[in-house]
Amino acid sequence: MQVPSHFEYERATGVEEVLALLAKYGPEARVVAGGHSLLPMMKLRLATPDALIDINDVSELSYIRVEGDELLIGALVRHAELLASPVVAEHFPIFRDAERVIADPIVRNRGTIGGSLCQADPSEDLSAAFAAVRATVVIRNADGSRTLPVREFHTGPYETEVGDGELLTEVRVPIRPGGSSAYEKVDRRAGDWPLAAAGAALWLDGGTVADVGIGLTAVGAKHFVAAEAEEYLRGRPADEDSFAEAGRIAAEHCDPVADQRGPADYKRHLAGELTTRVLRRAAERART
Amino acid sequence: MKITVTVNGQEYDRDVEPRLLLVHFLRDELGLTGTHWGCDTSNCGVCTVCLDGTPVKSCTVLAVMADGKSVRTVEGLEQDGELDPVQKGFVECHGLQCGFCTPGMLMTSRWLLDNNPDPSDHEVREAISGQLCRCTGYENIVRAVRWAAEHPGTSTSTSTSEEEVTA
Repeated sequence: MQVPSHFEYERATGVEEVLALLAKYGPEARVVAGGHSLLPMMKLRLATPDALIDINDVSELSYIRVEGDELLIGALVRHAELLASPVVAEHFPIFRDAERVIADPIVRNRGTIGGSLCQADPSEDLSAAFAAVRATVVIRNADGSRTLPVREFHTGPYETEVGDGELLTEVRVPIRPGGSSAYEKVDRRAGDWPLAAAGAALWLDGGTVADVGIGLTAVGAKHFVAAEAEEYLRGRPADEDSFAEAGRIAAEHCDPVADQRGPADYKRHLAGELTTRVLRRAAERART
Repeated sequence: MKITVTVNGQEYDRDVEPRLLLVHFLRDELGLTGTHWGCDTSNCGVCTVCLDGTPVKSCTVLAVMADGKSVRTVEGLEQDGELDPVQKGFVECHGLQCGFCTPGMLMTSRWLLDNNPDPSDHEVREAISGQLCRCTGYENIVRAVRWAAEHPGTSTSTSTSEEEVTA
């Protein structure tokens, strides 16, 4: 039987209360929502927090809505809710694509968007999806709040910009006309982590790529982004040749490592092929 | 830590350690061993129970997280001596062999049918994609869920009703 070590448990009902509890328990406290990454780590004693602050009842962080030209997603939104949201599907099909292949339906009932981003697992899908659409994140602390691009949020594997006494509260995605998006991943079996995955958001100006965002998962791309491929594609014709070349560049610049899921060269091949496919699909969607 | 959890309509008060997992609370504290304990890593789904009407893997939920909430386990599917249609479907279609995955399969199937009363085979497979059957009896499990969809009969919702909460 796997049993976590001892910890104090507190349940908060509001953001201010969470921040007060984080201040009270100090840097060895951890926020828990879905717990589907943290609790397994605690069971294996890879994580031994002094206190858990349960935010499952902080309902003020559970919303999906459009405000102005931004889609706002509260940190406590469950994967299942993001998958089921018509407004998300309308503006950003990339999230529907990604959520369909994140874990399984029962885990998606529990796991949260904020938790996924803060866990910062290099194989986690939403980080690349949010990077592709150039989301910003909102972090609350005792002094107020700050925002930063999701492309600057992750500072390394399992590390983010969220500091002691801070809480990720919201993800904002800019809604821009003339574009669409897509995500695709290759995994070994249903619900598994990806060998590799790619997401793309593409904006067209006639037959030209006006702007593009490309996210890569599990292949060692810095900040989950294929920056060189984006740079190449911007201003080029939105056609097969450009998408194939962008895939080749994405594969060249990522840095996958061999593990039990597959060898590095195979993952690199997948990064390129999946980049090309999601660019193609995003362009098809943008044209219809 | 003192918690109050409503399980299958009955309120239970217990004093538990915060680190106690919901699956062990149900099995060891309440004696409800119908909920199985499997991989312990939220992969296999045998420990699936409904928490406030939504299926969760109870090896990855703390018992204290269920404080003040309602839980439905496989023991709560039967109503007044009458098996739930999903249970009948598993009987009719040989939906179980060793039976280890069955409680989780049943809870997930009930939830699926509550939200989608006439699912396709594909939708059934997708719904149970977080449940592992070590006997690999998936074909018959899908048939069993389809049987239940075709025989809704005495179906009861996974969400605990007000009456059950106050019973």
